[in-house]
Amino acid sequence: MSDDTLSGWEVVVGLEVHCELRTETKLFCGCRNVFGDEPNTNVCPVCLGLPGSLPVLNKQAVEYAIRIGRALHCRVQPSMFHRKNYFYPDMPKDFQISQYDVPVNADGWLELPSGKRVGIVRAHMEEDTGKTTHVGGGGRIHGAAHSLVDYNRAGVPLVEIVSDPDMRSADEARDYVDELRAILVATGASDGKMEEGSLRVDCNVSIRPQGSTALGTRCEIKNMNSLRSLGRAIVYEASRQVEVLSSGGSVVQETRHWDEADGRTHAMRSKEEAFDYRYFPEPDLVSLAPSQEWVRAVEDALPVLPAERRRRVAEAAGVQAGSEPVATVVRLGLDALVMATVAAKADAALALRRLANEVAGQLAESGVHDIDPDAFVRLVRMEHDGELTSAQARTVLKDFVADGGDPKAIARQLGFEAMGSQELAGAVETVISANPKEWERFSCGDDKLVGFFVGKVKAATGGKADLRAATEMLRRRRGA
Amino acid sequence: MPEQLTAEPRPARRPAASPQVDPAAPGSYDGPVAQPISKDDVAHVARLARLALSDDELEQYTSQLAGVLRHAADIEALDIDNVEATAHPFPLVNVLREDVPTPSLDRDEVLAQAPEVDQERFRIPRILGEAP
Repeated sequence: MSDDTLSGWEVVVGLEVHCELRTETKLFCGCRNVFGDEPNTNVCPVCLGLPGSLPVLNKQAVEYAIRIGRALHCRVQPSMFHRKNYFYPDMPKDFQISQYDVPVNADGWLELPSGKRVGIVRAHMEEDTGKTTHVGGGGRIHGAAHSLVDYNRAGVPLVEIVSDPDMRSADEARDYVDELRAILVATGASDGKMEEGSLRVDCNVSIRPQGSTALGTRCEIKNMNSLRSLGRAIVYEASRQVEVLSSGGSVVQETRHWDEADGRTHAMRSKEEAFDYRYFPEPDLVSLAPSQEWVRAVEDALPVLPAERRRRVAEAAGVQAGSEPVATVVRLGLDALVMATVAAKADAALALRRLANEVAGQLAESGVHDIDPDAFVRLVRMEHDGELTSAQARTVLKDFVADGGDPKAIARQLGFEAMGSQELAGAVETVISANPKEWERFSCGDDKLVGFFVGKVKAATGGKADLRAATEMLRRRRGA
Repeated sequence: MPEQLTAEPRPARRPAASPQVDPAAPGSYDGPVAQPISKDDVAHVARLARLALSDDELEQYTSQLAGVLRHAADIEALDIDNVEATAHPFPLVNVLREDVPTPSLDRDEVLAQAPEVDQERFRIPRILGEAP
């Protein structure tokens, strides 16, 4: 976020993330939970809200909720379900079963890659709504002639994760969602796909004078369907509020709709009773009180989560846990390769650099990889030991990541036979005799000139020289 | 290490008339239960429930609901400090089912019940306002 637009102001962001759970069936009935099925094929009396039907809670959904809760360091507590009453055609019952004053998970935190902790207020269970499609009016609700409803999604299990207003920029909000998504995927509770709507983000944005600790009036922004639009919406909304306050107005607490096309937030048509949901305990469900044994078993089965993986990689490579390369390799799931390098007692710092730069760049588009750790470690060794120059190693790495194979064989195929040390020594001698003045100064201690000579050696050998070996050779030669 | 699994302490007493209504919402009722309910309160609740009530009906329900609230006030007056809060009349918790699919309904049969159908979906009139 640019400081120009917000000079003197601080933006405060809290996020509400809905995530669909990867269960086989819905939260309260045995209909399948599948994205993209033919409309209205996964519906039954319970999720259609037919009279006389009764909900029964899905055990696997509870387990996923506990996984999420413990992964976010929440207290898992006895909880109950409430009815949230409202009239809208996406919920045929005219109420949504949700959790109200006693959610299953409360009071946790999430650690961003930067090391900052964001508080988690709660992570509660509820059911998803059906999907409405607006016909006419360009697919927008306003001006639509009528709407169509598919109830396949009605009743799909959700966990809603509510953060404290702890984020201070659009970037931090994006980092939070990124990290949360990584945690959700790691626990197996959700596939984290924003594009399929299995992860949906609403954000609360307010601003306050720099240095102030009081919270300003917030607006809730809905309808962001990517991390990019989340960032754009926060930046826009913060500057809108700055403008309102700077011109003597006051921010009205309201829900605003992000419009991706015009890059603005718009006040949604306000309804006078919009927030009066008349919650009351769902009489058809009993309390949920997971036993300590169950919670402990779920927790013990959790995988190593991203924050801990970052700590391990950072320690292995001897860098800061909050550093960018560490965050990158963990985000892309490449950290196992760093750990394999450490286990093989090879150069983990070099492995981290290559993974965070070259490999990450290469994977940016596909995002998937199938890299053999042993072969990768061999390649790291080849570069470390000077069998390949940095430039050569990067070329081999590229082919290796794309097609797999044995790094040595790839190097041979590319003609990257290591330049023999005799050949290199010859090149070094040639360069020294061609530049006697510079050599004199270098010999007298002007160490900056090492770069000059290494550059000459590189040019003279057509880039085939191992520059690290050349540097060592030059220093040894000077000392002789 | 899971923390101790105890329920949050719940308020021993809460206004019986409107459990969990946002106090900021217009017409919400969070005063002492002895306070009589107003006709406006009833009109508000009726609107939320999409009930079209005549003026006479509003009068009638206001007086009936006031009676219900007086009864709630009587219960509130009891000393229940030593009574544990319950969420359900039955001493049951964790009624769960396995995550195993069961057959859904036949789509044609389902859609045959809808007033209007379009593209295998329920066709509904124009919606006024966004989803809450």
